[in-house]
Amino acid sequence: MTQDLSFWTLQTLNALQLSMLLFLLSIGLTVIFGLMHFVNLAHGALYALGAYIAASIAGVAGFWVAIIAAPVGVALVGVVLYGGLIQRMRKSGPMAQVLVTFGLIFALLDLTRIFWGDLALAMSMPQVLSGQVDLLGVSYPAYRLFIILLGGAIFVALALVLSRTQIGAMIRAGVDNDAMAACLGINVERLFFVVFCVGCALAGLAGAVAAPLLSVTPGMGLQILIPTLIVIVIGGLGSLKGAVAGSLIYGFVQTFGAVLAPQLASVLIYALLAAVLVIKPVGLFPAKG
Amino acid sequence: MKRATLATLAAATTLALPAAADTVDIGVLLPFSGVYAALGNEIEAGFALGLETYGNDLDVEIILHREDTEVTPATGLARTRKLILQSDVDAIVGVVSSGVLGAVRDMVDGAGVPLIVANAGNDAATGVDCSPWITRVSFSNSQVNRPMGRWMAEQGIETVYTLAPDYAAGRQMIEGFTGAFVEAGGTIVGSDYTPFQQTQDFGPYIAQAQASGADALFVFYAGGEAISFVNQYASFGAGDDLPLYGSGFLTSQLYVDAQGQSAEGVITALHYVPTIDNAENAAFVAAFRDATGRVPSEYAVQGYDAARALIEALETGARDRETLGAALRQVSFDGPRGALSIDPATNNVVQPIYVYETVQGANGMTQTVLAQLPAEADPVNGCQMPSLPTN
Repeated sequence: MTQDLSFWTLQTLNALQLSMLLFLLSIGLTVIFGLMHFVNLAHGALYALGAYIAASIAGVAGFWVAIIAAPVGVALVGVVLYGGLIQRMRKSGPMAQVLVTFGLIFALLDLTRIFWGDLALAMSMPQVLSGQVDLLGVSYPAYRLFIILLGGAIFVALALVLSRTQIGAMIRAGVDNDAMAACLGINVERLFFVVFCVGCALAGLAGAVAAPLLSVTPGMGLQILIPTLIVIVIGGLGSLKGAVAGSLIYGFVQTFGAVLAPQLASVLIYALLAAVLVIKPVGLFPAKG
Repeated sequence: MKRATLATLAAATTLALPAAADTVDIGVLLPFSGVYAALGNEIEAGFALGLETYGNDLDVEIILHREDTEVTPATGLARTRKLILQSDVDAIVGVVSSGVLGAVRDMVDGAGVPLIVANAGNDAATGVDCSPWITRVSFSNSQVNRPMGRWMAEQGIETVYTLAPDYAAGRQMIEGFTGAFVEAGGTIVGSDYTPFQQTQDFGPYIAQAQASGADALFVFYAGGEAISFVNQYASFGAGDDLPLYGSGFLTSQLYVDAQGQSAEGVITALHYVPTIDNAENAAFVAAFRDATGRVPSEYAVQGYDAARALIEALETGARDRETLGAALRQVSFDGPRGALSIDPATNNVVQPIYVYETVQGANGMTQTVLAQLPAEADPVNGCQMPSLPTN
């Protein structure tokens, strides 16, 4: 059955779908990291928050409203976090940042539990995306296709913003050399703030998109953190190209590992991670040469 | 929801007459935080209701000592030690995770404190690691799946593909099913174990199972994974050529609302569903709904029956660790699950298993019981039960 063409098509689509979900999540984290030198481990918790907000709103106002409201809601939480915590922590070194944002994971996790309870929630997908689509000879869930397309669209949009717009140029300048960028009159502080909020919004979007596919549980933010960090380490810090390459590598290794070498599936990605760290310690496409 | 639970617990703590002649100290050892918090709260709600229902005429004051195990074996052991040495409890009720049960097993066995297991299904706890002090009123992993293997073979299903998370419970559930199914003439055409708590995306595995051409898919998933699995299975449209069967935790009352229509038509087997048709169950479901506002799950009934077992033991006049330990092994009653008894060879519960289909009801998803499979004791599995010291 592994020689069957439809097998390869189907599993490639599965791999792309997982990749795009991870891409949505890791791009926010990696750009914040690359630009601000800030290790925001609470990013996964923001993803969980996005899923909870989306699941709650979807029950009242439907899927499409939820998927727009969740990123906005999470970005607002990001604003509060930035003003209350992140801004103060920016200069305090990676160890303090890791500890504080790691603590933030548990604080947010318990807050979601107190607010939404311990039981897992679910969010139903819209009617139009609930069926299957015939594609290249296989019947594939429409919702998964939607995730692939959405991930692709976000990638193209971000690539255009970063390469073609003035704010993109400022962000690139800030990533490459923030001191020089500040000397050129770029308000690096305000840029950081905008990027941080966009990163949070993307985490919220990833949570909202994942909610109908996965169940919404308090622990989901913690579960997704390791894959996201692996994506970033493989891809290289701070770059869009790195995030998409890392996500694709993770998605394909995980998916094809699961079906072709199930006994190795859980260690395969770690082996790859180790190999990348040995050969290219900065990742495949780091933002800074 | 939580406040209601606490209120009933507070009521339970003081329900006995102030003039009660005796007191017993009972440790409630459950996860109230961490990934199993929902199960801990559900068991506690059932336990509180059981004490309220059966404890009224008792001339004993029951003092509860509540300890949170989280999901960590080390924490579970520390809390157990505290219950035994500091709170000086006469018996302990609880334990959700098999890992925690494994960690506290030697402690309760060595100290001679009766433990009523209200969830943890690890086969070994009433097999190789059995203890006269450990009585399980919940289930064992292979017990709930073995009869299903036979039943599915009887329905004319010849080939099955199995999936479960890769950890002890997942493997025991699938092995219990597989053993009986193969013995009854069936064939397992493929089997995968998914990385536990790492994989929530089951797409690759479902596609693989679909491609295997098996007559049916049999899976064990619980908690958030159960919701994800059923939803993803439905989104692949796999229902037509690969019907989904499983251990009943897959479509537990606790998750079936979140699964919604995706769960329709899924056939699973378990020791309890809220739609079991008997008077005890009707009373239990009504009382639980009054107390908490929701329909009880298998976890709630395990807590409820744990309370009932404790009270039946107290009614025999047992008051301390030794007498309670001996009395618990003799307990038998007709509960919401049907006729329950404790197998003296292993101290595991003997109970009927129900095969049920999840269907669309008037108020959300509900269960139709397709068959009641006879109660049978687990194989002894290497248990050498020492007799309790009598004095």
